[in-house]
Amino acid sequence: MTAARSVFSAFVAEHRRRRTLVVQPRMGFSDPAAMRRGLHAVAGAGVPAVGTVTLDSYTRTGQHDLAAMSIQSGVPLNGYPLVALGPAVTAELVADLPGFPVQVRHGSAQPEDIFAVMLESGLDASEGGPVSYCLPYSSVPLRTAAKSWSRSASLLAGQAVDCHLESFGGCMLGQLCPPGLLVALSVLECLFFAEHGVRSVSASYAQQTSPEQDAEALWAMRRLCAEELSTVDHHIVLYTYMGLFPESAAGARELVAESVRLAVRTGTERLIVKTTAEAHRIPTVEENVSALRLAHATALEQPAPGAPPGETEVYAQARLLVDEVRSLAPTLTEALPAAFERGLLDVPYCLHPDNGGETRCVLDDEGRLQWWHTGRMPLPPALGGRRGHDRVSATRLLADLSYHRRRLDPVLS
Amino acid sequence: MTTFQIEQTPDRPAVSAEPALKFVLSSVQSDSHMWNLVALQLIMEEMGHEVVNLGACVPVGRLLEACRAERPDCLVISTINGHGHVDGARVISALRADAVLAGLPAVIGGKLGVHGDANSALEAELLALGYDAVFHVGAGDSGQAIESFREFVAANIRTLR
Repeated sequence: MTAARSVFSAFVAEHRRRRTLVVQPRMGFSDPAAMRRGLHAVAGAGVPAVGTVTLDSYTRTGQHDLAAMSIQSGVPLNGYPLVALGPAVTAELVADLPGFPVQVRHGSAQPEDIFAVMLESGLDASEGGPVSYCLPYSSVPLRTAAKSWSRSASLLAGQAVDCHLESFGGCMLGQLCPPGLLVALSVLECLFFAEHGVRSVSASYAQQTSPEQDAEALWAMRRLCAEELSTVDHHIVLYTYMGLFPESAAGARELVAESVRLAVRTGTERLIVKTTAEAHRIPTVEENVSALRLAHATALEQPAPGAPPGETEVYAQARLLVDEVRSLAPTLTEALPAAFERGLLDVPYCLHPDNGGETRCVLDDEGRLQWWHTGRMPLPPALGGRRGHDRVSATRLLADLSYHRRRLDPVLS
Repeated sequence: MTTFQIEQTPDRPAVSAEPALKFVLSSVQSDSHMWNLVALQLIMEEMGHEVVNLGACVPVGRLLEACRAERPDCLVISTINGHGHVDGARVISALRADAVLAGLPAVIGGKLGVHGDANSALEAELLALGYDAVFHVGAGDSGQAIESFREFVAANIRTLR
């Protein structure tokens, strides 16, 4: 069966051909009228942008009754309650925006009901993954999440349209996860989606603290995707820094601009853009639109992408982890939970019960992420593996977490 | 680098003469934020206390179970996703209605509503429902909330014990 390309992947492919960066907000409002206004504002912003419907925390955790109660009693939620509102309300959001791509962003370890309502509403793009939406965003056992994501990915794969699914694996906990592990997780989740028949995927990476190291990571991801996902439509998506964001408007703008430069120099197709309000609250429609315009204008000023680097430590680490995990079992539905059980994958500082919790990461003097302790992960010292015995202190952790704030916010007396 | 490791020197412990307390630290069911919990655990441990960190997205039932099993001196809820005033209210109502846990000291801190500014009405409501202290984090003052929490622990250390 030859399925039609989704609006979403067709839009990204067209802009890749034109070499323009697609920008995307992280926008979600509980009130459908506000959500609709937001999507219209993004569609009419005059920049190559895709729309976002970000869901609220109750919907993400399957508590649709609480979401419905909040709607009835007028309590604002931190996102759009897709399931509680139902498909008819959501179909209305985009009813007069033909051809405008919209991605549903959710954060659910068990997204079957979200995907069902999304498809009924006529939307064909989403994101997440069995690991990236389980370990940081739930206390659901990893095996349960893997099975649920198997059903969910198969549901998307069975549609008449080639639905798009993006892995959130390159964003684990937002910060302080070494790039080799981020790249491996993102590629492994894309492979998981492809294993279930999804034919259009994207691999994600979240901007960290060193532009050089981040560029190596994005090139490593592109190379691994080319090697592993050659039969599947795929692209790369970068997130503006997902950790503790600068509080000053100037600092926030600079960090956004740095993410744009990083995206363009690595030929990254899509960028998820943050706003200047990020450190304080949920951004308004206007703040989102001006962030998209800033990102687009900055992208236009950049030179064309440079040449990819040769062998890098990031690529070697990611390649090794992908190969080791795949050798554990015939399917990734089995191999991914098994890898975490054995500590072969172990996300630093992640408190989920199924994460080993042995690994730690710190920033070095150049702002590059380095392993402090690789626990039982199969990384030899030659590839950056390390078994640090001191614990990372609160002072150092807080300093590392606030790296961009210290760098970009003015010092207040 | 060495300045970061002072507290690990065995002959110069950072721990004061105050008795160590046992805390259960947790977020609420709908909140997936983790760094606040990771950092708070380290800070509390470096204050010399024991921390059982339940992590993010903890359902009320599991939170109560853990408190019954661990018998902590105090429950600390940290939440920043904006649903904290609703979920936090459910937690404290369940705790105060529980025969075993009704008297357990409990505090909550973080960004409690979706609007970012400190909201004294939310704070008053949470105190009225039974929290012993509320540490609201407004824009840019998380350090202040941590200081208030330290002062709370120092002032109440005997009664918590």
